[in-house]
Amino acid sequence: MQEQPENWEPRIIAFLCSWCSYAGADLAGVSRRRYSPNVRIVKVPCSGRVNPFYIVKSLQQGCDGVLVSGCHPGECHYSNGNYYARRRFAILKRLLEYIGLEEGRVHFSWVSASEGDKFAKVVNEVTETVRKLGPATRLVKHSPVDGVVN
Amino acid sequence: MAPRIGVYVCHCGGNISEVVDIQKVMESLEGPVDVVQIKDHEHICSEVGQKLILNDIKENKLDRVVIAACSPQFQGITFMKTMEHAGLSPYVLEMANIREQCSWPHYDYPQEATKKAIDLTKMSLAKARLDIPLEKKVIPIGKRVLIIGGGIAGIQAALDLGDAGFQVYLVEKDPSIGGKMAQLSKTFPTEDCAACILSPKMADVPNNPNIKLMTSTEVKDISGYIGNYQVTVTRKALYVDPDKCTCCDKCVEACPVTVPNEYDEGLTTRKAIYLPSPIAVPHSYILDDKTCLGLFPLACSKCKEVCEPNAIDYDVYPTEEKFTVDTIIVATGFDIYDARQKRVYGLGKYENVFNALEMERMLAYAGEGKPLKDIGNRIAFIQCVGSRDEQVEHEYCSRVCCMYATKLACLLNRERPGKEIYIFYTDLRAYGKGFEEYYKRAQSEGIKYIRGRVAEILEDPKTKKLTLRAEDTLSRKIIESEFNTVVLSVGLIPNEGTRHVAGLLGLSRSQDGFLKEAHLKFRPVDTLIEGVFLAGTVQGPKDIPDSVAQAGAASSRAISLMNKGVYEAEPITAQIDESICIGCGMCADVCAYKAIEITVVDAHTGKKTAVVNEFLCKGCGTCAATCRSGAADVIGVSDHQISKMIEVM
Repeated sequence: MQEQPENWEPRIIAFLCSWCSYAGADLAGVSRRRYSPNVRIVKVPCSGRVNPFYIVKSLQQGCDGVLVSGCHPGECHYSNGNYYARRRFAILKRLLEYIGLEEGRVHFSWVSASEGDKFAKVVNEVTETVRKLGPATRLVKHSPVDGVVN
Repeated sequence: MAPRIGVYVCHCGGNISEVVDIQKVMESLEGPVDVVQIKDHEHICSEVGQKLILNDIKENKLDRVVIAACSPQFQGITFMKTMEHAGLSPYVLEMANIREQCSWPHYDYPQEATKKAIDLTKMSLAKARLDIPLEKKVIPIGKRVLIIGGGIAGIQAALDLGDAGFQVYLVEKDPSIGGKMAQLSKTFPTEDCAACILSPKMADVPNNPNIKLMTSTEVKDISGYIGNYQVTVTRKALYVDPDKCTCCDKCVEACPVTVPNEYDEGLTTRKAIYLPSPIAVPHSYILDDKTCLGLFPLACSKCKEVCEPNAIDYDVYPTEEKFTVDTIIVATGFDIYDARQKRVYGLGKYENVFNALEMERMLAYAGEGKPLKDIGNRIAFIQCVGSRDEQVEHEYCSRVCCMYATKLACLLNRERPGKEIYIFYTDLRAYGKGFEEYYKRAQSEGIKYIRGRVAEILEDPKTKKLTLRAEDTLSRKIIESEFNTVVLSVGLIPNEGTRHVAGLLGLSRSQDGFLKEAHLKFRPVDTLIEGVFLAGTVQGPKDIPDSVAQAGAASSRAISLMNKGVYEAEPITAQIDESICIGCGMCADVCAYKAIEITVVDAHTGKKTAVVNEFLCKGCGTCAATCRSGAADVIGVSDHQISKMIEVM
């Protein structure tokens, strides 16, 4: 574990499928279920839409953690997009770890539209795992001076 | 030309503004030249708010709108309509969800919530810049409906649609329509005889020229989309020609096989050739090939020998039938909870413990003066068996059990005086029209309601009498009392057929396993699949009036879709850049809708490319994430747009 800068807060990006996990995130809000405010949500039609490139780009951009969440197995609105997502993700995760990214920065979960509580739990777990790992620096694109290119 | 974007930040009457610093959000968005205006509003979804957007679009010549407010799944459609009224494509609207996904869950972190609201709004802004003014796809739609399930909900929907002039295919897996209602003795709270009110409706179904009734039929496959659903059904072999059968009963007398009768929950027996029920529609005998001594090779053939009209033919096989429909209503109903799983109550083990449906059948027979057995004078009902029980993972209330137990108790009480009937309940729920009055009446007739769950039942091995142990939670006394008969008020659970149909159509289920509606309050019979509706208990436990009401709602929703003649579908679909596509076909392999075909575009070079059928494509984007060359993308949620959203981070 590296030393953490003062006041550092992990930046998490979440790619949520619009049918299950995005609705689950809505439900967490409707039920006033509190969770870590560090997460920024991108709505995608299906977890199968998540191109591995989005995850890599997020890490390059300075995100400290990435969450991809879709419908439960067998419940994909598009019947099997989440299976492709899972397979793709497993390979990408190994690749990222191979090139030196710490384990625990990229997460995948199944959250249904009725699981507001689970969504909150997943976000909190991801945030805490990433917080322990500290800022992600491995893939961040730096400008010639010193700073993150935005 | 740079886009002209208008941004609105909603207070939502304090729902957002009490947590998120709206002023800060607005200030953070200032700067870019394409952001023409930034405004806030107390309720942007109100008529005043919508008018403001309309005016701004006209006066400031906006061509993109970003609304930071509630979830797009909550008010998205409202604002899309506003865009249309203003003459803009509804697809140049982006919503930042700063209520459900920001102010509500982060109410105790206002600073962080404000930061998050800023980021989310900037992300929407980044996406809006690249939005394309898409138009909806127009799909022609006809007047054909498939209704799956012939219970009271399916029957009602079929009659409503048939009467309105629509072509209905009513598919029922059992040999007769009528569903669970056909098994009931009487109905609460009016105590109408179930068969008497149901059988005229059942009879109306085959008499309606617009309804094609298919019993003993199961849906095998459904493909396609609204306006063009391709349905394949399997029709079981019946072996008895319903047109020739005169229901003379001679075959039954001849049949040597005796098996439990499903219609009577196994309390009586039937033969392998039988009439499904006295009120069966179609009213014809059928041969059950699973219990018959054997057809291939023929083992007995006694029924055929005695059949005078020569209605029996052993040489028939299941057939497949294919047809096309425009919309689908799913009314596959429920099953009752299998109370044998609650071992402490001894169903199946103790002779005098019954589930409520068995008691319904026993009462139906008793009502006809042919009681099946003596049930004694002391009778106890146990409520919430398989409902409101986290031990069996059924957290929900089954809604009908309090009232059906009350009804059964009243009927038993009236059948022969001198009975003592106790209902052990958790909470008594008499919420419907006339229910509370019925409950009061039952109490005045001497039915005793005890608040408390029964812990266990013990059977006296000799007398077969049952001892119940429970705590009366109102008087805080432990009750131990002997009864002749115990009735388990079993809950409603989703059935196997529902799971099968949900799988075929890709319908999502709620936590309780019943099918999920598009919106619990405002779209209670719609599903997220275009042109597919829900009716009856398939969506959740409900009583007969509610099932009928929902069936009416589902058919009227289907009618309002089909009457237009065209359906406007989402234009968000996959798109292939032919110049990059190498025709490898990986996108076609992963497409769940068979919407992509690989075709040769140049006969000389043999160049192949993927071609998307935009009516079949649902825009999931799995192809785009699979594409090796980056040729596949989704219009409206493009890689470029998502990249720009990520760059905000």
